[in-house]
Amino acid sequence: MFASFMINTWIAATIIAVTAGILGFFVVLRRSAFAAHALPIGAFPGAAAAQLLGIQPLWGLLAFVAVGVALLQQLQRLGRRDVAAGLVLVTLMASGALLLSMTKAYGPGVFALLFGEVLGVSSADLLPVTIISAVVMVGVICLYRPLLLQSAFPALAVARGIRAGTTDLLFLILLGLVTAMALPVVGTLLVFSLLVVPAATAQTLSSHPTRAFVLSVVLAVGLMWSAIAFSFWTDWPIGFFVGAVGATLFSSARIFRFVRSRWRSTTAVAPSGPLNPAVFTRPT
Amino acid sequence: MAYREKVSIASDGKRDGADYEAIAESRVPNYSAAIVKGSMEQTGTPLLSAEDITVRIGTRVLLQNVTFSIGPGEFCGLIGENGAGKTTLLRSLIGLQHSPHGRVRVCGLPPAKARDWVGYVPQKINFAPDLPLRVFDLVLLGCDGHRLGPRWFSRRLREQAHKAICAVGAEGFAYQRIGELSGGQQQRAVIAHAMARQPRLLLLDEPLANLDFRSASELAQLLGHLSRVHGISVLVTAHDINPLLSLLDRIVYLAKGRAASGSIEEVVQEETLSRLYGYPVAVIKHGGKLLVLPDVGPREGEDGCYVVPDARSAEGV
Repeated sequence: MFASFMINTWIAATIIAVTAGILGFFVVLRRSAFAAHALPIGAFPGAAAAQLLGIQPLWGLLAFVAVGVALLQQLQRLGRRDVAAGLVLVTLMASGALLLSMTKAYGPGVFALLFGEVLGVSSADLLPVTIISAVVMVGVICLYRPLLLQSAFPALAVARGIRAGTTDLLFLILLGLVTAMALPVVGTLLVFSLLVVPAATAQTLSSHPTRAFVLSVVLAVGLMWSAIAFSFWTDWPIGFFVGAVGATLFSSARIFRFVRSRWRSTTAVAPSGPLNPAVFTRPT
Repeated sequence: MAYREKVSIASDGKRDGADYEAIAESRVPNYSAAIVKGSMEQTGTPLLSAEDITVRIGTRVLLQNVTFSIGPGEFCGLIGENGAGKTTLLRSLIGLQHSPHGRVRVCGLPPAKARDWVGYVPQKINFAPDLPLRVFDLVLLGCDGHRLGPRWFSRRLREQAHKAICAVGAEGFAYQRIGELSGGQQQRAVIAHAMARQPRLLLLDEPLANLDFRSASELAQLLGHLSRVHGISVLVTAHDINPLLSLLDRIVYLAKGRAASGSIEEVVQEETLSRLYGYPVAVIKHGGKLLVLPDVGPREGEDGCYVVPDARSAEGV
């Protein structure tokens, strides 16, 4: 499992899992799971376009992701987020269907983009993954507090001077970068799983934002590693294990939280404290 | 520059924003609201002034030449029926409303430059149950949520957040997931968030709506304490004036896009409100409560016929 030909797989998978865990925390927090589904699905025809033009698939993916981000941003301004994501999805998919119909040599490639080629990562693939991952991590760390406040309560963020449109756009750009980076390695469907499942599980388990953030990354890495290991041992598709282990994790977290809340309900609910305005004093 | 020199700047009788700006830009640690209140009273400058605010959306005029002011430490109610433009006016005061006409000054500054001086509590407070955020975290975000980069451990910030939590009586649930709290507790948490930066002005949009009688009464008392004890000016929107009656120093009454402001006795009277609504209204005082009703008795119209005012447009205060 740790043979030399697998080293690149472990490195790439770990980098992608860490990045997906970091960004996925905000995907779930902002209820943008549908956008996180629409962008990878809508972007994979970009690789088909690149194939047609004879260029690197990454450039095709980046171009389609850029179009998707621009469309999402504009449509979100006009109306509901879910409708915007749906429109972007069908628009890009329709373009992809047209492009795929123009080439007959792309059948296996399409399958690889849907389900990934995590066991076939080359050294050359690692560089763009590492660079884009670093950019996304720095971006999320810089925007952590404004994103957190805007995700929790948009009206409060706007009152604090945080520009909703700018924050939305920056978040979508980061999501687009993760999509373009991870799609050739783990595939369209697994990008979505890695973005949503670990973060949703972490947020179910922890009420502390920083702990949930860290837990999201840990779970994403654990999910990825376990899926690769199971896939190696059984020779079953890696996508099955990412989905199955992810669903088990999330279900277990929900059950744990339910049991804990039932147990806590037997103890007294914290009351509102007495008014104590004398405590509130200007800093000295 | 010594603190006393700053106060003398604020007391020199200027009516523009320079005096407040000088204080705002100073980093004098021992900066008391009471002293600022005193300096503002000496200069006669209102903490919040709105002059001729007009807001149009398409061809519809939501607000027309609304003018009022609030002094330091005053408790003011923004009263009006649903759809009267209370939220629009509140958003104009903090610079969130697009293209309002008129002039707003907070501490003598335009709203965009006075954000540190203003705490805002929006109308609809509904946190998702799964949100990984505790009350304490929300209040911390009130201190520094707009800043970029990671937050390093800061004892001062934590103390600041803790004081705001204690001030609203939220110690008992400060470390609970905010989405699992009751509506009243979430309301307190958001007020603590707004208080975190020690604002001079607190704007609350329908804070008593959707609260039971006991929670609404406790919240009203809390706001009264913050205003009286700490000299924080409070502007509360409400469609029912009665829970706030004992606390209000002045009110701004909105109807038909126009406003009347002053003390309760000055504004809530038949002549003023009839002029505002454009038809006769009756003000009934009973058991310490106020009730504003359309004067539904038939009256003589311009053509000599008797007409009955539209009761649906009336405001039950």
